Amino acid sequence: MTLLRHLVAAAVAGAVIWALSVQLNAFRDFQMAEIAVYVVAIAGLSLLIGLSGQISLGHGAFMAVGAYAAALLMLHLNWPLWAVFPASAAVTALAGTVVGLAAARLSGPYLAGATLMLAVALPSLATQFPGVFGGDQGLSVTVTPPAGLGATFPPTRWLAWVCALAALITLVILANLGRSRVGRNWRAIRDDPVAAALSGLNVGALRVLAFIVSAACAGLAGAMLAITTSLVSPGSFTLSLSIALLAGAVLGGLGTLTGALWGALVIVLVPTYVTDVAASHGLSGGVAANIPIAVYGVVLIVVMLVFPYGIQGGLRRLAGAFLPTSPTRLGSAGRRAPAGEDAEDPDAPYRRPPVSEHQEEGTS
Amino acid sequence: MNKSHRLRLPVIAAAVTASLVAAGCGSSSSSPGGSGGAAAASAPGITSTQILIGSHQPLTGPAAPGYSEIAPAANAYFQYVNAHGGVYGRKIKYTYLDDAYDPSKTTSVVHQLVLQNSVFGIFNGLGTPTHLAVVKYLNASKVPDLFIASGCDCWNNPAAYPYSFGWQLDYVREGKILGAYIKQHFPGKKIAYFYQNDEFGQDGVKGLDMEIPHSQVVARESYVPTNVNIAPQVTVLKGSGAQVVVSFAIPAFNALFKLTSLKLSYNPTLVASNVGTDPQTLGGLLEAFAKQGGATVNGNQLTQGIITDGYLPTLGSTGNSWIALFKKVHDTYDAKAPFDGNVLYGMAVGYTFVQAMVKAGKNPTRAGVVKAIEGGLPQGAAVAPYNYSMTDHGGMSGAFIGIIKNGAVVQQGPVWTTDTTPTGPVTQFSGSQPPAPASGMP
Repeated sequence: MTLLRHLVAAAVAGAVIWALSVQLNAFRDFQMAEIAVYVVAIAGLSLLIGLSGQISLGHGAFMAVGAYAAALLMLHLNWPLWAVFPASAAVTALAGTVVGLAAARLSGPYLAGATLMLAVALPSLATQFPGVFGGDQGLSVTVTPPAGLGATFPPTRWLAWVCALAALITLVILANLGRSRVGRNWRAIRDDPVAAALSGLNVGALRVLAFIVSAACAGLAGAMLAITTSLVSPGSFTLSLSIALLAGAVLGGLGTLTGALWGALVIVLVPTYVTDVAASHGLSGGVAANIPIAVYGVVLIVVMLVFPYGIQGGLRRLAGAFLPTSPTRLGSAGRRAPAGEDAEDPDAPYRRPPVSEHQEEGTS
Repeated sequence: MNKSHRLRLPVIAAAVTASLVAAGCGSSSSSPGGSGGAAAASAPGITSTQILIGSHQPLTGPAAPGYSEIAPAANAYFQYVNAHGGVYGRKIKYTYLDDAYDPSKTTSVVHQLVLQNSVFGIFNGLGTPTHLAVVKYLNASKVPDLFIASGCDCWNNPAAYPYSFGWQLDYVREGKILGAYIKQHFPGKKIAYFYQNDEFGQDGVKGLDMEIPHSQVVARESYVPTNVNIAPQVTVLKGSGAQVVVSFAIPAFNALFKLTSLKLSYNPTLVASNVGTDPQTLGGLLEAFAKQGGATVNGNQLTQGIITDGYLPTLGSTGNSWIALFKKVHDTYDAKAPFDGNVLYGMAVGYTFVQAMVKAGKNPTRAGVVKAIEGGLPQGAAVAPYNYSMTDHGGMSGAFIGIIKNGAVVQQGPVWTTDTTPTGPVTQFSGSQPPAPASGMP
């Protein structure tokens, strides 16, 4: 039943995206592809943080793994896209397993530090082995629309279609995973690892699994970025990418898939929009160049102040305030709990529960 | 629980669909694409009153210091041209967007410029790894990709990249010219290389090896820009007993090399690529790095005697008409920036673009400007002629040797020209640089 509902929603979203891609101009199509890339990466990260309660500052590195895997498969083996995407995700999942095994033993700042190191160190491997990875110049990949679409078919629309389809499939899988037994178990170990362990859950294995799923998403996003950018080079996978993904996940609302969409929209659209506005107001070069960064910071601060649970959390609260009898609240109308507290609702953004007595004991 | 979801999702989906479709329909009436327009529009980005060009530049991020001055300087020259009648009455509008030296951002901003802003061409896109991300796209879209700000020999490939043109002296030629000078002036001396481990350093070394006898080269050490600890490399160089070190490095690593070798009391003659030796930049970095380490040094004293090369007139040559012209433009339109090598570079490449547009005629097309450049461009602000032809999309053909004295490069002897082949000789350029036109416009 859940699967069917998600499939219907995905089909509707697909139809909307198709309509938009045909209506909008070629650059908007390109942006749709970019948004799809970030949706996948942020959704994976959001699941890791929001559902399993772990953190990663190194997701940019996982994207690099996926991107290089995709580039190498396409350059040397000429694999088609439909095979490259799952293969890149699988390769990155393998990398995620290794990191996840180490990460499951760490928590809090130690985990953040370890994954941060990954983000800094991994991309520089490309410069250490220039023969395989092309050094600083990276590897160039080209994707052309199938000939069947005609010679005048805009290549960016093809990119938008491919990336949007990959993103939708990922979201359906993640949505089902989040509502499955595994998703419930993740929420259990997130909220109270000690209680979860007492209930017979294998906390370590569940944490590693979350890391694997999350890394696979990042790897797929990396492969999508490779074909969107048409170049895979270390310069694309800096620490700031990892931080941007984290910011996007928090902005959108941790633990929600819709939140990943909001986060991706902010990351992709805000800089372009602000640059246009800054340029049209004739600001001097030095000022105009730094305004997108400043505005991005302001957006982050404002959203966190006004909507502490991200954009998705804020929207849910607004919907709750203005539409008390709306279908969104029917199920929980009886208890009228604030949005974040219905922790068993998979759509609710993750809110850190107050630290309880035994949790403190558990971590000490 | 499940019941509520069953109701909720279709409702949200329907609402989203309705609003998005409405938005989509709204925007479709505003006719995307925008290549149509005014009567005298001969190509995308060209109207009866304007030439719109774009660029990707590192305005923020690690490559911004220094390099972020280039695009405003080119724009200052365009403003000068616009104030003096423009190009056939059209004013040049230059939109340069920040890519923070990140190739994935480069792709994004270049798509924006080409698809959204409908620029005529991309001008002076900066950086090798960044521009590599877009060079195929620009050529597939038949968008002129003019005067790339990178000395990579890779742009000179008319078969694969018919719309791309380099501009500055490529690193192979630069290596050959420096190598020929070393061979002549340091016979029998032990020579070592210190270079950045990418195409910049590797191309430079390729050129050096074409001139310097292999028996003289006692050590080859490279660095990656992300690792600032170069003590191991300098130790090896010192151990090799090299009396001359040739450096293909960016300014920060020339400064690190100088300070590290000072610490190890190793004092070879330093011969360094133009890329890393703008005396103001290098001197400033030396003083800043030394300060971080708790020491005080005099930048000008440490850069004294460094041998380098130059493909534009030296900033100190006040009698040069090009320097006088660019100083005048700088003082009027770009006075906030220091008048340094980056500003000179930006103005000189801006001048070359105007040359190309003038040659492309009153109704320029994208293919037309490519043809115009392939027909050759007059020398302009460069000290040696351009190589542009049907089969050569490289750029400058030569440079002079200079020595840094009191914080300024002083030209030593004539201008040398060469090609990129192992056998092509390094020859003295017999011509002289034509003076800048009195109008300041090509």
